[in-house]
Amino acid sequence: MTDSALRELADDPSSRKRFFKMMGGAGAVSAFSVFLAACGDDDDDTASTSTPAAGGKTTEEDGVKGDLEILNYALTLEFLEARFYKQVIESGIVKDPKVGKIATKFGMTEQEHVDALKATITKLGGTPVAAPETKFEETIDKGLMAVLDAAADVENLGAAAYLGQAGNIKNKEVLAAALAIHSVEARHAAALNQLLGRGFGGKGGLSGTLPDGAFAKGMDMESVLAAVKPFLA
Amino acid sequence: MHSSHMVAPELAAIEIQGVTREAFLIRATLAAGATYGALSATPFITKALAQDSGGDIDILNYALTLEYLEAEFYTLAVKQVKGLSGDEMKLAKELRDNEDEHVDALAATVKKLGGKPVAKPKLDFGGAFADRATFLKTANTLEDAGVSAYNGAGPLIESVEVLAAAGSIVQIEARHAALIRLVRDKPPAPLTFDKPATMDAIIKKITPFIKG
Repeated sequence: MTDSALRELADDPSSRKRFFKMMGGAGAVSAFSVFLAACGDDDDDTASTSTPAAGGKTTEEDGVKGDLEILNYALTLEFLEARFYKQVIESGIVKDPKVGKIATKFGMTEQEHVDALKATITKLGGTPVAAPETKFEETIDKGLMAVLDAAADVENLGAAAYLGQAGNIKNKEVLAAALAIHSVEARHAAALNQLLGRGFGGKGGLSGTLPDGAFAKGMDMESVLAAVKPFLA
Repeated sequence: MHSSHMVAPELAAIEIQGVTREAFLIRATLAAGATYGALSATPFITKALAQDSGGDIDILNYALTLEYLEAEFYTLAVKQVKGLSGDEMKLAKELRDNEDEHVDALAATVKKLGGKPVAKPKLDFGGAFADRATFLKTANTLEDAGVSAYNGAGPLIESVEVLAAAGSIVQIEARHAALIRLVRDKPPAPLTFDKPATMDAIIKKITPFIKG
């Protein structure tokens, strides 16, 4: 393919509509309230479901509502990550300057994700959820390897969580923001796994540098929240 | 500490172009003078949304072209680059295999949608395999560009299924980028928000490798 052929590909709008109809809009119905129940308080009941706008008809308002719920879900995960790095660094457990540099940088990035998500939620007319109560002390007490292990797990989970929601996001700008964060979480996950020497495949689905091979797998909200539960107070 | 100072300063230099259907949100963000990342991310996003595309098949063929390039790049690299450590060679082969799978999957998806997968371009990587450092640097550029390309194209994808496929690939490109960066002793995740790139910008970037 020549440069001009590539350009043609980029410029030709003719097939834009052709396949759209075929694939359909598929307004995904998601169990956002499961998340809200789980992070709103500290009880262990995640079974309540008040599903928004069942099937078929999705109004713009429902789209915004859904996006806000996804954003708040993402915010909760980012709160968790940011808090974890902060506590780890404050604990003084990280002595290796290379690891320290990475943990500091990743922690700052997660805090910036928190700030960005909060600002976006507010702009959309929503209310950012409060930071969840966390309990990382036990992990930190176990030492650096346990900390890195947990950090890697949480980052892989974060990447899987964003990937799992991409198709549910209605607003294109929110989607663009989520994608821009998703790949950063993936970078964090791969880097931590690499530092841990976990190898490409890893164990248990989330733990290799490339845990799923050539195609990453997303996770739904329920599975992600179940996986982070040990860190929630 | 104000996190706005932490976000890559080059963000500020990027012009906001075009008016999108989400412009209201951007205007609101700008008006509020938000200190944080959302503001910094907005110019990228505007740019990503301002580009038009020719539908999902064209986006898939664009992605396929990038994957052809990456697959060929690593295929040649493992044969030609001297001085890679055992682990580095293992990584290069793993990445090659991943990119091959991306090529196959994208071509299959184009066909499934009733389209015709683009042909593999003739490629020439010049001196990229001359030594370890040049290879790794080029790999770094290609992987970061891949992430930006998918992130830029993502919001333009119409079908939820195609978006899911693109998402599952871009996460792998991001992981590749981080791994190559670690080998180079570079920060694996230098930005708070990975930049979306327009098709034009990516095409400009890969044109030197395409010989017809």
